Amino acid sequence: MTQWVTPEQNRTRFQVRLGFAGLVVIAGFCTLAVRFVFLQVIEHEYYMTRAEDNRIAVVPVAPTRGLILDRNGVVLARNYSAYTLEINAATVRDLPATIDQLSRIITIDARDRNRFRRLLDETRGAGTVPIRTRLSDEEVARFAAQRFRFPGVEIKARLFREYPQRTLAAHVVGYIGRISERDLQRLDEEDLAAGYRGTDYIGKTGLESTYERELHGTPGSAEVEIDAGGHPLRTLRSNSPVPGNNIELTLDTRLQDVAERAFGSFRGALVAIEPSSGGVLAFVSRPAFDPNLFVEGIDPQNWESLNNNVDRPLTNRALAGVYPPGSTVKPFIALAALQSGRRTLEYTIADPGYFTLPGVTHRWRDWKEGGHGMVNLHHSITQSCDTYYYGIGNDMGIDALHGMLSQFGFGDKSGLDLDGERTGLLPSQAWKMQKLKQKWFAGDTIPVAIGQGYFTATPMQLAVATATLANNGVVYQPHLVRYVQDSRSGERRAVATDPLRRITLDPRWLDAVKQAMVDVTRPGGTAAVAGRDAAYSFAGKSGTAQVIAIRQGERYDARRIGERYRDHALFVAFAPAENPRIAMGILVENGGSGSGTAAPIARLVLDYYLLGKVPASMPELQPAAAEE
Amino acid sequence: MIGHHSAHGFKSRWYTPRALLRQIIEPLDLPLLSILVTILALGLLTLYSATIDTPARFNAQLLNILVGLSTMWVIARIPPGTLLRYAVPGFIVGLTLLVLVAVAGEVVNGARRWLNLGITRIQPSEMMKIAMPLMLAWFFHQRGPSPGLRDFAVAALLLVVPAALIMRQPDLGTALLVLGAGFYVIFLAGLSWRVMLGAAICGAGAAPFVWSMLHDYQRRRLLILLDPTQDPLGAGYHTIQSTIAVGSGGLFGKGWLRGTQAHLEFIPERHTDFIFAVFSEEFGLAGILLLSGLYLALIARCMVIASSATTLFSRLLGGSLVLTLATYALVNMGMVAGVLPVVGVPLPFISYGGTAMVTLCVAMGLLMSISAHRQLVSS
Repeated sequence: MTQWVTPEQNRTRFQVRLGFAGLVVIAGFCTLAVRFVFLQVIEHEYYMTRAEDNRIAVVPVAPTRGLILDRNGVVLARNYSAYTLEINAATVRDLPATIDQLSRIITIDARDRNRFRRLLDETRGAGTVPIRTRLSDEEVARFAAQRFRFPGVEIKARLFREYPQRTLAAHVVGYIGRISERDLQRLDEEDLAAGYRGTDYIGKTGLESTYERELHGTPGSAEVEIDAGGHPLRTLRSNSPVPGNNIELTLDTRLQDVAERAFGSFRGALVAIEPSSGGVLAFVSRPAFDPNLFVEGIDPQNWESLNNNVDRPLTNRALAGVYPPGSTVKPFIALAALQSGRRTLEYTIADPGYFTLPGVTHRWRDWKEGGHGMVNLHHSITQSCDTYYYGIGNDMGIDALHGMLSQFGFGDKSGLDLDGERTGLLPSQAWKMQKLKQKWFAGDTIPVAIGQGYFTATPMQLAVATATLANNGVVYQPHLVRYVQDSRSGERRAVATDPLRRITLDPRWLDAVKQAMVDVTRPGGTAAVAGRDAAYSFAGKSGTAQVIAIRQGERYDARRIGERYRDHALFVAFAPAENPRIAMGILVENGGSGSGTAAPIARLVLDYYLLGKVPASMPELQPAAAEE
Repeated sequence: MIGHHSAHGFKSRWYTPRALLRQIIEPLDLPLLSILVTILALGLLTLYSATIDTPARFNAQLLNILVGLSTMWVIARIPPGTLLRYAVPGFIVGLTLLVLVAVAGEVVNGARRWLNLGITRIQPSEMMKIAMPLMLAWFFHQRGPSPGLRDFAVAALLLVVPAALIMRQPDLGTALLVLGAGFYVIFLAGLSWRVMLGAAICGAGAAPFVWSMLHDYQRRRLLILLDPTQDPLGAGYHTIQSTIAVGSGGLFGKGWLRGTQAHLEFIPERHTDFIFAVFSEEFGLAGILLLSGLYLALIARCMVIASSATTLFSRLLGGSLVLTLATYALVNMGMVAGVLPVVGVPLPFISYGGTAMVTLCVAMGLLMSISAHRQLVSS
């Protein structure tokens, strides 16, 4: 290599090498020729029959989707079989004419045509696309008699998804829909595309989406003989699909129903949790929607009315609705103050009705003009004294508050098994510096101590924090699914319910705060009306959050504008206080006051859950005048 | 460094249609052109059958061919000396774009291959198929007739970096073609047999390591090749259905437009990577031999051009391009015949698709440029 080569020698070497490569190429073509002679001459007969047999198509068989059941076995999502009329657009020459002819035998309205056109675009003409679903037996018979006139059109039996409870727990269950281009891309990236051959649907929202892997199942395959027109004649062999697993929820449908109806015409959210396990017993986001509308692709009118609705029925308020938690955080702040030693149970203030900082002219006012008089920690909770907490906030500082509240789950996702959860905001010095590039001021802490200011939370977080308090500081992972039932063995796999962590809390402080919360619903407490004659010890805390501006309200509606400026009402509760079986967080949008609108909802839910009392008619909730 | 363009009859060239035609034909290598046109015609015939349900594709391919041939004509008029000057900038642009793809490329079907330029999306890996041999040919041209071992090492580095970037996208088919194109230059530049043998042994030793780097779908494709029945619905489906198509074609085929495998839609990708299955089913062994003959003739003509080129640059470039062309044809046919894995290499001048068509026509244009300019300074 290293010796000198003249250009002429180099040229000769090049030609030798190129010649050698040429021989390799010729050898390659010869090898291929041998292979082609083998395939096309020697094995020709065999492949000829295989091609003839290729009227035998291997087709995937879609698995049956798993059911969604509540804790008592009530069905929330199931499948039913129905006939559909489908068209293989690639083999039909004149599509509009064919559809016109079909419409003379079978009713096909404009909505069917629109949907068909859209599905055709989405699937880009691959495979068959339904033009009519849920054919009656008579329609099936009528088409069968005329089938010869319609090559490329066929009747198929398909399974459809149905949500028999309709709007009930719609945000929990979610819905399935046609696999979109984006879904396909994601499946490809996760290497799951093979499991979706022959499947047209996939979970889009709610549990249908988060438990997609359990619910979907594994497809099978069948060797089907088809005629020259592509119609299946008979199945020769098949390899059964494995149905998807059923999922069983912690949710109680009847409790859910009571909770949803308790809201009346109010917008809002409620999350009820079993403190000893983290299992979600009821999960309300009002208003809701009917998931059945989405299964076959929602039509434009319905979509329009849901998506552009001022009331935002598609938004999951319980998980993605971010609100100032208001006074409902006072029990947690009180615990923080006691635990840190900044306050004792005996510590008492004389409340003038406002709070000031040295050198600052601003007055942070109590909701009660003139103040509450002498207030200790117990009174500060039962009467919801703001001034008491302004002082705590100032003494503890934001980062100490942040430390305790974050342990209760504020400012972070609860990790519920539903998508779309938001974190809310539990502010800290570091947060403000990072996000707003500003120093934290002492005055910023004051409103945070009464659940306002920068502080926001979701109804889900309120429920988790309350359950944790009810549970003496033991934090469980909130979850909606408690069992996954294997479709083949029938074996029920329990979802783990081990405690996530324990918050160190002195039992003396816990007892004091809990006792104060019980007294909230007793005479002298802010929610005494809602707690009247309760047959169990009912611990609660009301809250009210100011609405600064119309959120999400793109449409101006003069008649409702007043109502939409009204304060949000909040309530957290657990019962029975000595051995809590249920804990919850409630938010009523523009409800006015926590004790007036949110607390009565809690009472109805508790009466049903603890006493089995079904409210005959739901009392009309009256937004009372603002008090806290 | 090579004499400038020599078209004679400058004065009369626009006056008669005949002169005009000569002006157009002038830079083109007629034997090469006639073989190419024959293959293109066979390709259109096959494509018509394969896309009978979607005639728009046929028209689009006509446009692809038109664009391809025009590009070829333009490139054929460029003297190799000019090409030599564009080799390095071309390579640097290609490499930069590849890095951009790795950083900010668009993901389509799980692979990051495309770069969105706002107006259009481009696939820089395709550009490397030409830029790579140009660059390496330039490199060895600079190093003179007796390159040393160190030169080969530098060349190997220039080759491996872009190839690795393409492999990572992941795009195994294109990475192999780029590696091939670069390797052919190195081979033709005279890398010693002993070094190649050593590298081959090392390569065999590194195989398990490469295996661990392959993506799951790539491994599956290799495994399914050994036993296509493993996954009759998935990766094996292509191979099974294409061998049935080929085998059932027999000696003379089922006739144009009469392939059942093709028309009952059993052959996937029947207008792109698997168009040769349609061809084999409809035209049989006779058709295959004809097409193979045409490819061999094309390759032979290109080899003659390459070996009679006057400069080292032209020789290496021409030689590499013709061997890459042969690789395309052999890999695609082998894939359809079920003896090579499904790696996504089109059948040259026949598969549907604008990108491959233009790339291959650029290669033809480069060879024609070499051909048109070889006699001028041969003495």
